[in-house]
Amino acid sequence: MNAITQGKRLRAKSLTLLGLMLIVLFLLDIGLGSVRIPVSDVIKTLLGQQIDNSGWQGIILKIRLPRAVTAILAGAALSLGGLQMQTLFRNPLAGPSVLGITAGASLGVAAVMLAAGTVTTTFSIRELGVDGSWLIIIASTLGAATVLMLILGISFKIRDNVVMLIVGLMVANITIAVVSIWQFFSDPEQIQEYILWTFGSLGGVTNEQLGALAIIVLTGVILTFFLSKTLNALLLGEDYAQSMGLNVKWARVAIIATTSILAGAITGFCGPIGFVGIAVPHLSRSFLNTSDHRTLVPTCTLVGGILMLVCDIISQVPGSQTVLPINAITALIGSPIVIWIIVKRKNLKASF
Amino acid sequence: MMKETRTILNTTNLTVGYKDKKGVKPVLSNLNLSLEKGKLTCLLGTNGAGKSTLMRTIGGIQKPLEGEVFMQGKPIRSIDAKSLSKQLSLVLTDRIAPGNLTVYALVSLGRFPYTSWLGTLSQKDKDIIFLAMEATGILEFANKHIGELSDGERQKVMIARTLAQDTEVIFLDEPTAHLDLPNRMEIFHLLRALAVDSDKAILLTTHELDMALANADHLWLINQNQTIDSGLPEDLVLNGLLEEAFQRDQLQFDYELGTFKRTSTQKKIKIKLEGDSILKRWTRSALERAGYEVTPDASDIEIRISGNLKAPLWHLNYNDTTYKTIQELLIQLNNQ
Repeated sequence: MNAITQGKRLRAKSLTLLGLMLIVLFLLDIGLGSVRIPVSDVIKTLLGQQIDNSGWQGIILKIRLPRAVTAILAGAALSLGGLQMQTLFRNPLAGPSVLGITAGASLGVAAVMLAAGTVTTTFSIRELGVDGSWLIIIASTLGAATVLMLILGISFKIRDNVVMLIVGLMVANITIAVVSIWQFFSDPEQIQEYILWTFGSLGGVTNEQLGALAIIVLTGVILTFFLSKTLNALLLGEDYAQSMGLNVKWARVAIIATTSILAGAITGFCGPIGFVGIAVPHLSRSFLNTSDHRTLVPTCTLVGGILMLVCDIISQVPGSQTVLPINAITALIGSPIVIWIIVKRKNLKASF
Repeated sequence: MMKETRTILNTTNLTVGYKDKKGVKPVLSNLNLSLEKGKLTCLLGTNGAGKSTLMRTIGGIQKPLEGEVFMQGKPIRSIDAKSLSKQLSLVLTDRIAPGNLTVYALVSLGRFPYTSWLGTLSQKDKDIIFLAMEATGILEFANKHIGELSDGERQKVMIARTLAQDTEVIFLDEPTAHLDLPNRMEIFHLLRALAVDSDKAILLTTHELDMALANADHLWLINQNQTIDSGLPEDLVLNGLLEEAFQRDQLQFDYELGTFKRTSTQKKIKIKLEGDSILKRWTRSALERAGYEVTPDASDIEIRISGNLKAPLWHLNYNDTTYKTIQELLIQLNNQ
């Protein structure tokens, strides 16, 4: 049993290491961009000290700090959403985007943006004020929840995971088709705004809104952590989970509700960000070689944050004025990492 | 003095099966069964006879079409999932085990009904997990991952998980499917030892007749009338119910060997066999496979086996020749 305490020590070590990485990348993300700010100045500003360049201070506090925090929140939320979906469906390819949850959130946002007839892009969410941002969040969460409930309903009929995944993909397609018909009958101006939203952006969230987003994501993270034991039981399949006294129906509802809050809120604020939700759980399992959710939940939170920060740094193209869409970067950077991990570790398939 | 009742689970007029829009499809009916503590009970039936359906129903996963299942005298449907999980644990046929989970982590999942919301293990939990792993002989694998284990080892881990769940009743659905003979025997012996030593009521389904006959304390035999005969395995053999249950054309139960054999309608050449009983048994097996019939009556062909077990000799009467192997003997017979 000595090795079990060893495993615990390794877990603590890994989590500490990941935490440190997160802090370093957080500072780098704030420091790098179109204007390069030294990390020492970043730290000073964050600690509330005055720095010589007041312009930098403004950039840090008004633009880059909210963006970096949003990146961490988005990474954590999407990763935990993916982790829960993969365990619930016992499918390595499940994730908020694959099962149509992101598409559902998009439908919700499209409904608000395209039907409202007003300029309500991510950039003008600010102008809408608190009510508008809540409208977008509620719409995207409702959209995400609707699609998830639909998937859930179908999953009661279908027990096969591969079939379930295909059904999820098709439901996502239908949702996207509805959005595209809606776009077809909308004003070009509104469509453009919607399309801009679909590229994803971490910069659209203001300091005031960040509070709301942080509370939602934090709630989701805590809820997911509370679900660790349930998720562990579900690793063996629903019949085993039930035989161990788990109320499987409620567990499903809880997991799906948590996932739609997490994925719905992030999609509402930042646009549909793909890939992270699928990749991070696999990365976390590979790093720690465990399926225990009590370890995976904190690990996914950290790894998700780290990956989003890296993607954000790259999307800012340090030293240039260009900003690339975050959605493209997550896929561009992340997919090769996942392929590398799968080929190297060969234990992706063994996870389920 | 009243005798202590050993029955822990029983059914009354139980009918199991499926219900859909087209109507009710009963699979097994009129079941009045009882499961006793300290005994290994085997539910024996052919493929598709309804073994899993019955197991799922008495395990409380599936609803019965008729009748009632009682766990320690209480109707199982009135017991909430959490209490039931402390009385009954399962090993199912789903062979999906997450490869990233360590053996220790999987076995400790058995403590699910007892741990707090986070699943933190107390010292008592850890002790029980340790004992469960010790009893199943998997302590050495504790930190291995499930994906690294062989099928036999994995099955032991699943059994250890039910032990960690600390229930008086354990159900196992086809626990020895996919396993080779030594592993099958090991699992059966392990389960019987567990039943006897820890006074658990263990029920397993199997279609392996020989294993069930050799190891079961009690047999539930699914017969051709979609119901179940229950009794001591040997009683069911001798009263012919076992043969009846597996009755097929061209299939005959060999009461001496305890297995089924194919019979053919073709007329067979009869051979009389004499000699040591072990040598006779194996010679007979080879002859019968080759299509001959062994008879105790006088026959045109007679084989006398002499020599000892290490160096047997087969003597054929009609050409007065002695053979050193059954193969040589069969070549001669087939050329005839």
